[in-house]
Amino acid sequence: MSLISETDRKKLNRRKRKAVIFSRFCAAVTWSSVLLLAVLLYQVAADGIAWLDWQFLSSFPSRFPERAGIKSAVVGTLWLISLVALISIPIGVSSALYLEEFAKPGKLNKFIEVNISNLAGVPSIVYGILGLAFFVRFFALERSLLSGALTMSLLILPVIIIASREAIRTVPMSIRYAAFSLGATRWQTTWAHVLPASFPGIMTGVILALSRAIGETAPLIMIGALTFVAFFRLVQWILLLLYPFRFITGFPGPRRNFMSWLRPGYLYF
Amino acid sequence: MPKKASSTISKSGRLFGESCIVLWLGACAAISLLTTAAIIGLLLKESFTFFENVSPLEFFFGTSWVPILQPSSYGVLPLLWGTLQVTIGAAIIAIPLGLACAIYLSEYASPRMRSYVKPILELLAGIPTVVYGYFALTFVTPLLRLFFPQVQVFNALSAAIVVGIMILPMIATLSDNALRAVPDSLRQGAYALGATSFEVTTKVVVPAGLSGVMASFLLAISRAIGETMAVTIAAGQTPNLTLSMFESIQTMTAYIVQVSLGDTPTGGIAYQTLFAVGALLFAITLIINIFSQWILGRYREVYD
Repeated sequence: MSLISETDRKKLNRRKRKAVIFSRFCAAVTWSSVLLLAVLLYQVAADGIAWLDWQFLSSFPSRFPERAGIKSAVVGTLWLISLVALISIPIGVSSALYLEEFAKPGKLNKFIEVNISNLAGVPSIVYGILGLAFFVRFFALERSLLSGALTMSLLILPVIIIASREAIRTVPMSIRYAAFSLGATRWQTTWAHVLPASFPGIMTGVILALSRAIGETAPLIMIGALTFVAFFRLVQWILLLLYPFRFITGFPGPRRNFMSWLRPGYLYF
Repeated sequence: MPKKASSTISKSGRLFGESCIVLWLGACAAISLLTTAAIIGLLLKESFTFFENVSPLEFFFGTSWVPILQPSSYGVLPLLWGTLQVTIGAAIIAIPLGLACAIYLSEYASPRMRSYVKPILELLAGIPTVVYGYFALTFVTPLLRLFFPQVQVFNALSAAIVVGIMILPMIATLSDNALRAVPDSLRQGAYALGATSFEVTTKVVVPAGLSGVMASFLLAISRAIGETMAVTIAAGQTPNLTLSMFESIQTMTAYIVQVSLGDTPTGGIAYQTLFAVGALLFAITLIINIFSQWILGRYREVYD
């Protein structure tokens, strides 16, 4: 009575089975990726949490595991990140404003655009080489916090610019027209209307970029943040003792995990 | 009427201030150009000095990399091969799995599910790479050793696995975006012809979003090539031209880290190798990035 023959029905069943298997496979893959994340976080946290106490946070690195701490690393990271934010946010947002609001569309603008997206794809270690040759050697800033911060700023600049441009682009033209029609200049329009309207989007991009800077290790090693400082002075030339360096120097055991575990928390924020 | 007065006075002041501001903004935008120029100029200049001392023939075709000890030799092939081993391994892991994740997210998952899973995957992408290196050393390698006892502590395989895990979310989220940009009418058309969900996905949706999917693969691969800390930690520091994935190798990025860890004097050959290897790395990733942009631009299907 059926409308289709037995062989066709078999074929149809096979196709349907295939579809079901495929969808289950995709789901399984996705969930195992999520599971993997859980394993990774657990792995890092389980090792690290035992070391997490106030003493660990407030001591300097030491050769003795019981007395070792990450104070200089935490302080170094905070210093670095504040400097990077101070340098890269104004420059990045200004570039984005220029490209979106002021630049005349043309070959040069297009070229800058392509250039920025290519810069975003340059491996971070290449920025490290750049920092080593220019900031450390050429500008003679030595292996300092400042060279580290400048290098890191260059590294995250493209990310900030791209994110800010996206945010600025979402501001509707009508807002600009309204401001112009009231006699505002282009900059007044930008400052008083476009920037505030795109502010949340820009901040999202900035936070993402900064969190990348926090976790970035390679360029800093290039800059030579390895200098082992057992005490810290709040001068420029010191304490680029970011936690990851310890790892490379074979700093004893599990405390690095704690920091690395802190980091994803940061990112999540 | 002070208000009126100030507005007439400020008119020219306003315009002057305005052009100053525009100048400043333009200067900021120029910084990105300067950065590129600095990178390219620096790498070219130092590589030229390097090639004055070492013949390009030896650099590109030599099979032994002993830059610091005597007798030295500067064949970059072992480093290049190390990078390739890790990258290919990572791609083999991440491309099928990442694409499957993307298909699940865009075709099968409910919007609610998607809103949970996608941020988690993005979190996976945001973990600092040092943590991945650590994960490789303390988790992946011991696990591998259960199955293959001959695996060395530092080995290419665990590096490839963690780099694969690292680029998977990138492929998944970017491809998901590409697949979701495919209009529903195409799917509905295929379903109306009696296609199963498998057929709709593989024969309609993925081909339609292929340019975005390919671009995500390429971006992920270029990221894997440039990845530094995870492979430095997991794969070791032994320039080694070997087919085995179980042995310690050294990638280009790991070499750069190794050299800069020592206090390399400026001007020595060891210092110049840094730039030669860096230039090669930069060239490879740049070509891949440009290629992926070209694919995106050239083959993008525009749907209204």
